[in-house]
Amino acid sequence: MSLHRRTLLTRTGALGSLAAFGLPWWHPQALAQASGGKPVTGGVLNVAVAPEPTQLTSAFITTMNIGMLSSKVLEGLVSYDLNLRPVPALATSWDQAADGKTLTFKLRQGVKWHDGADFTAADVEYTLQEVWRKLHPFGRAAFANVEKVETPDKHTVVLRLSAPAPYILNYINTYGAQILPRHLYAGKDVLTNPLNNAPVGTGPFVFKEWVKGSHVRLERNPHYWGKGPDGTPQPYLDGIVFKFIPDAAARTVALEAGEIDVALGSIIPLTNLNRFKDKARYSINTDDGRYLSTIFLAQFNVRRPQLQDKRVRQAFAYAIDREALLKIVFLGYGKPATGPVPSSVVNYYSDQVRKYPLDLKRAEALLDEAGLKRGAGGKRLSVTLDFDGGSGPTASRPAEFIKQSLAKIGVEVELRAGDTATYLRRIFTDQDYDLMISSLHRLPDPTLGVQRLYWTKNIIKGSPWTNGSGYSNPELDRVMEAAADEPDPAKRKALIVQWQQIVQEDVPLLELIEQTWVTVATARFRKQQPQGDGLFASLADAWLEPKGA
Amino acid sequence: MDLGRYLRNRLLQVLPVVLGIALLNFLVLQLAPGDVVDVLAGEAGAATPEQMAALRAQFGLDQPLAAQLLAYLGRLLTLDLGWSYRQNMPVLDLILSRLPATLLLMALAMGFALVLGMLLGTLSALKPGGWFDHVVAVAVLFAYAMPTFWLGLMALVLFAGKLGWLPAGGMVTVGLQGPWWVHALDVAHHAVLPALTLSTFFLAVYARLMRSAMVETLGADFIRTARAKGASEPRVLAGHALRNAALPLVTMLGYQVASLLSGAVLVESVFSWPGLGRLAFEAILARDFNLLLGILLLSSLLVTVINILVDLATALLDPRVQLHAPHGVRA
Repeated sequence: MSLHRRTLLTRTGALGSLAAFGLPWWHPQALAQASGGKPVTGGVLNVAVAPEPTQLTSAFITTMNIGMLSSKVLEGLVSYDLNLRPVPALATSWDQAADGKTLTFKLRQGVKWHDGADFTAADVEYTLQEVWRKLHPFGRAAFANVEKVETPDKHTVVLRLSAPAPYILNYINTYGAQILPRHLYAGKDVLTNPLNNAPVGTGPFVFKEWVKGSHVRLERNPHYWGKGPDGTPQPYLDGIVFKFIPDAAARTVALEAGEIDVALGSIIPLTNLNRFKDKARYSINTDDGRYLSTIFLAQFNVRRPQLQDKRVRQAFAYAIDREALLKIVFLGYGKPATGPVPSSVVNYYSDQVRKYPLDLKRAEALLDEAGLKRGAGGKRLSVTLDFDGGSGPTASRPAEFIKQSLAKIGVEVELRAGDTATYLRRIFTDQDYDLMISSLHRLPDPTLGVQRLYWTKNIIKGSPWTNGSGYSNPELDRVMEAAADEPDPAKRKALIVQWQQIVQEDVPLLELIEQTWVTVATARFRKQQPQGDGLFASLADAWLEPKGA
Repeated sequence: MDLGRYLRNRLLQVLPVVLGIALLNFLVLQLAPGDVVDVLAGEAGAATPEQMAALRAQFGLDQPLAAQLLAYLGRLLTLDLGWSYRQNMPVLDLILSRLPATLLLMALAMGFALVLGMLLGTLSALKPGGWFDHVVAVAVLFAYAMPTFWLGLMALVLFAGKLGWLPAGGMVTVGLQGPWWVHALDVAHHAVLPALTLSTFFLAVYARLMRSAMVETLGADFIRTARAKGASEPRVLAGHALRNAALPLVTMLGYQVASLLSGAVLVESVFSWPGLGRLAFEAILARDFNLLLGILLLSSLLVTVINILVDLATALLDPRVQLHAPHGVRA
């Protein structure tokens, strides 16, 4: 799909955040999914998710595939539109005080849990205090400034903050802050509650069964609060079956054979997508994962003497052709990254940073300056490159691309594949590596998604996905910490721009490709409202066109 | 020696073997870098060192190796397979829920391999060097040489993707209503492709074995005698030759149960078959060692028990074979 179009779309920002059909007619999504078709009631949707989740609750874990499933049963306060602006879910409105220290949420009335109990402010208060703040990997940071939660009435929640936390509004969907039923969790151990595997929620679908290794079955919630624009009760679907198909090629066949209708989260190999290009039969959606804002990166271990010199890291950055990497390895699904904040994060993205176009001469010159002259056989230095071979058979392709790129400037790369456990141990516990590659979510808010990778205080031996490069820059720390509690949007953006500039000058990480998450579906699958967090959509507004329609 | 005593002796010998295997498994798994807590924290997206330390303490991973081993063996003796930390349920429940699928797949694959292998081998042996013999030889070589998972994928693309005759994976149609035979047919429908795929390699081995055994047997004196007595050709084949020629097959079967299990890992992955093989593979990736040790223990039990059954079958097929436990006292 045309990237140019997408940038245009995100730049204009002319889409009303609540406009269900706010997409221009020429936008591919408008054609694919927000068609003028009237929703059809009935039918069971078959969805493929891989790998099989380990539980069905996202309230204290950020694993994507758990979120893709639990979001149909359990809900959050908001969801996000294509520009990552909040849209009402269980909260109907929200208000931030001028000093940024009070957040007020008005909750939807008349909502019931699947067991018939009323949904109230007490549920939100309980989950925030006992689950998100204590157990959720990002929630701990997101809600750290919450001093007090007040519930003046059954449908109002007020957060009193010790310091402004503007990022909270960017992390309260069903993936970031999923609301659990207080009456079924309070007083019990949250982590071992059997309901984590058989959730009771407020969402459009009710959990029915989980046959491990095979499928999860959900049925329509007849008492759901949602209504379509014309007043028809939602959800339109009778049910959803999630099928667990471990083999990627088998998923492709299942989609062609019509045994699954939707494949979520880029689980159809990019190399197979050409089989689903026929718009009359299939739709390919590349917006569902905007909320995650994932960047594929190569990270230096700056503890290594030879990689401490930023000129060496800059040389590597000039030697890797992002455009070619995008075309050859990612087959065009994504765009070249310019810094740590992806362009999908419209509010904070800036391209006013140091750029690294392909420039081998400059790369060589920088290495010469850094004292790494070409030696015998033209070699300057040897480095290892670690990657997680457990993430599929194609995991080695970007690694091979980088190896070939760096060979041109006299850097020899030795590839080391390990499975996930081996890889994590090597990078974060043993810290015994030179370069590694990975894809990491940056989320709609840099304070939550990006700071963790660059912050000195997040260099934590033994914990995965922390600041594993070992990069420490007091000036950057100051800027990031200031941005975290700056209530004024303009000032906050200025700080985050400065942050992007510092990082792109020092390049402890090479931010390479803004990845798109690809959803492939049968053309019969329709949805009224495109979402930036579509991977975690409740699917209340989704339907299946009858066969032969 | 009477059968009851024979079985008792054999089963008593199984115990030390299985325990030895369990010990070996435990020690080998310690060599893998990283542990289940690394994986859990990696999946969660973040975790504090305190949380990770607490988890390791909870799972007993902070104990010295000797203590962990003793605890594991102690649990084994009380038949407690422990808890799967990643799947959040008792290992025994997990295994029991997945075992029927794998046993069904293995039994069907073995059945296909035996029946088809014997048939093809026998028909080839009737006219060694004939056209049929040549065709089977090429087909067998192909089936033997091709990676099982690739054959499976190609079959999937053809029969599920292009033709739409068979389902593309799974074991049942979700939400199917009807009497028991509807469900049985549904499972059979789903099982055809994976079972045939898993059987190809073994089928090839058996067809070759059967052919050579048959060629040899058909030239034997007792066959000539039978024919001279005027026995009909089918009777000669089925009654005399087959019984003798099948002996090496049965012996082979005992050896191959273990490789059948490892083949199941790939086939279950390709066909989304909810069995133990796939579970074992995922347990390795997740360093879920309680679960993996449980599956390995069960597999070793399965293999040893099937080998006992094979010995019994050999004795039934060949009256010359005496049942006696190895190193046992002859009755």
